[in-house]
Amino acid sequence: MTPPVIEARGLVQKYESGRSLLKPGRVVRAVDGIDLAVRPGEVLGVVGESGSGKSTLGRMLLGLESPAAGKVLFDGAAMPAPRTDEWRRLRARMQLIYQDPLAALDRRMTIADQIGEPLRIHRIAEGPELHERVAALMARVGLRPDQADRYPHELSGGQRQRVVIARALATGPKFLVCDEPVSALDVSIQAQVVNLLRDLQEQEGLTMVFISHDLKVVRNICDRVAVMYLGRVVEEAPSDQIFTDPRHPYTRALVSSVPKAGQGLAGRIILQGEPPNPAARPDGCAFHPRCPLADAACAREVPALERHRGRLTACLKQRPVAQTAA
Amino acid sequence: MAFVSIRDLKVAFDGVQVLHGIDLDIDRGEAVGLVGESGCGKSVTWLAALGLLPGKARVSGSVRVEGQELIGAPARMVERVRGARIAMIFQDPSSSLNPVQRVGRQIAESLALHRGLRGAAARAETVRLLDMVGIPSAATRVDLYPHEFSGGQCQRIMIAMALAGQPDLLIADEPTTALDATIQAQILDLLARLRAETGMAMVFISHDLGAVSAVCDRAAVMYAGRMVEAGGIERLFAAPRHPYTRGLFDAIPELDAGRGRLNPIQGVVPDPKKLPMGCAFFPRCTRASELCRIERPDLKPQPQGGHLACFRPLGEDTRTWARAEELA
Repeated sequence: MTPPVIEARGLVQKYESGRSLLKPGRVVRAVDGIDLAVRPGEVLGVVGESGSGKSTLGRMLLGLESPAAGKVLFDGAAMPAPRTDEWRRLRARMQLIYQDPLAALDRRMTIADQIGEPLRIHRIAEGPELHERVAALMARVGLRPDQADRYPHELSGGQRQRVVIARALATGPKFLVCDEPVSALDVSIQAQVVNLLRDLQEQEGLTMVFISHDLKVVRNICDRVAVMYLGRVVEEAPSDQIFTDPRHPYTRALVSSVPKAGQGLAGRIILQGEPPNPAARPDGCAFHPRCPLADAACAREVPALERHRGRLTACLKQRPVAQTAA
Repeated sequence: MAFVSIRDLKVAFDGVQVLHGIDLDIDRGEAVGLVGESGCGKSVTWLAALGLLPGKARVSGSVRVEGQELIGAPARMVERVRGARIAMIFQDPSSSLNPVQRVGRQIAESLALHRGLRGAAARAETVRLLDMVGIPSAATRVDLYPHEFSGGQCQRIMIAMALAGQPDLLIADEPTTALDATIQAQILDLLARLRAETGMAMVFISHDLGAVSAVCDRAAVMYAGRMVEAGGIERLFAAPRHPYTRGLFDAIPELDAGRGRLNPIQGVVPDPKKLPMGCAFFPRCTRASELCRIERPDLKPQPQGGHLACFRPLGEDTRTWARAEELA
C-alpha cells in the first residue's frame, strides 16, 4: 500500500483552563490519543460536535501547534518544530482553509495581492510571472479577472471563500486541511464551493482532511470518515459504510439526528444529556453517560479503537457481538 | 379568521426596499416554515411585524393579530402583543440572554411583565417552565448565570422565557442553527412536543429544509424579499414547482446518496439595490424565458393548492418524466 502523506501517532493536546494567581488550572485534554493516516489523494472526513477536538487535530496535522505527546509524520518524516525555517518550507506544501473567509483575509489588501502573497513570501514568482500565476489561480477557482482589484468586503461570502482557496493553492500544496470550509455559506453557494473543492482535489490529486459538523457535505466529498467524541476517534470507516451502517452508538445518533426532507421526527435517536465538556471528561468511555447501551463496564474501561466485525470502533459493546460472530 | 394576517408588508432601509409586499396568514395552532437563503427577508418579515426593526426602517402594509392592527399602532400596544401573544426566539441564545443576570430572574421578568406574577408564585412558575423545557434539576439551577449553561441549555432557557407569556404564536428564527447535531435534534423534538402540549402556533424560520419538513404543516419559500412559492409540506417537497425551490432541494447533498457532484444554483442572490427588472430569480434560473426578464410574476393561488410566482414552473410531472427516463 502507498505510504500515507500525513500520519498521526498517539497525538495528544492539552490545554490548561481556568488558571488564576491562586489556583492552578485544570488540564483539558482536547485531543486524547489519535492515530490516523491519510493516503495520497484521499479525502478523510473528521466529524464531531464542538469540543470534540477536531479543529485542534487539524492544527496539529499542519504543524501549527506542537502536540503535547505523540507525533505527526508528513511524507514519512517527523514534522519540524513550528516557526523553524524547515517548518516554513514545509508550510508551502500544506495549507489550511477555514470557516470564516473574512477573518482569513486582510481587509486592506486587494484580492490579487492576497492570492499572490504566498508566492512572494516563498519566493516562487515575481513581476509579470506573479501576475500571470495570480490570474491563472483566480480563473481556476472561478473568480472573474475584473475582481482582481477588489477588496474582500466588496465580494460575497462564496467569492471570498474562493479567494481563500486560490491563496491556499498558490504554492501548489500537496496536503490541505479544510476546517468547516462551507459552514458559513448559504446552501446554493455551499454546493458551488463543495464542487470547486472536489474538482481541485481530483485534478491535483490533493490529499485532504475535511473537518465539518455537516454530515451531508462530508458524505458527499469524503472517501473515509473518522468520528470524534471528546478528543478521541470512536469510529472510522469508508464514508459509504459509516452513513449506511453506523456501528458506534454515538455515530448512530449523529447520523440519525440529520433531519431528512419528507420524513418527520419519528424514528430518530434523540440522545439525552449535554454535549461533551472536555473539562469534565467522564471516566471510562467518554460517551457512556449519554449512551443507550452503556453498562457498568463502560463507566470503568476506556475502549480502544479496534476492529470489530470489519469496522474500527471504540466501543465495549461491539466486542461480544464480534465474539459471537466468530 | 386567521390568528395573524399579514398583508402587503413592505420594509425599506435607507431607501433600499428589502421586503416587497408579503402576504401571509397564520392560523391558530399551525406550524408554518419560512425557507430561503440569507437576506431573502424571512427574519425581517417578523421583526417588522413585531416592531423590532431599528428606527431607520420604513415599514408599511398591515399586520393584524386577531383583527388588531400592529403597523402604525402605539408602541405600548405593540408591546402588549409581543411576548404575550407572539414570542420570538433567535439563532444565538447566548447573545439573547443577559450575561450578568441569573436566568431565573430573566424568566421572572417576563412573568411579571406578561402575567403579573411576582415573588414565590413567579419563582414556582419559573422552575416549572425550566422543567418543561428539559433543564435538569431546574429548582437548584434557577439561580445560575447563562455562562453556567451549555449552548443547547441556553436555547432551552430562551424557549422557557418565550413561553413565560403563554404566547399563541412562537416565532423560532433559526433556533437550531448554532447548535450541534445531536442537540439540534433535541431542540426540534422539544419544539414539536411543546406545540403539541400547548397548542400554540409556530413559525419556523430556517434554511434547513429537512428540519422545516420535520416540524411544519406548510411552508413558504422566499427569495429577494418576496414569497415565490407556498404550500403544504408534502406537496412542496414532493413536487416543488418554482425553479428556486427545486434548486434549493437539489443543492443539498443527501445523506443516503453517494459521492457525486452537487447541483448548485449558479450565481448569487441579487443585491437589493440592483434587483433585476423582471423576476428576481431570472439571472440564476435555468428555465427563464424573455418574459421572465421583463415581467415580474405575481404570487397566485394554484388549482392544485398552494401559491406560486413563476411564469415557467416545473410541471407536476417532472419527477415522473425523470423516472420514465430511468426506466427507459
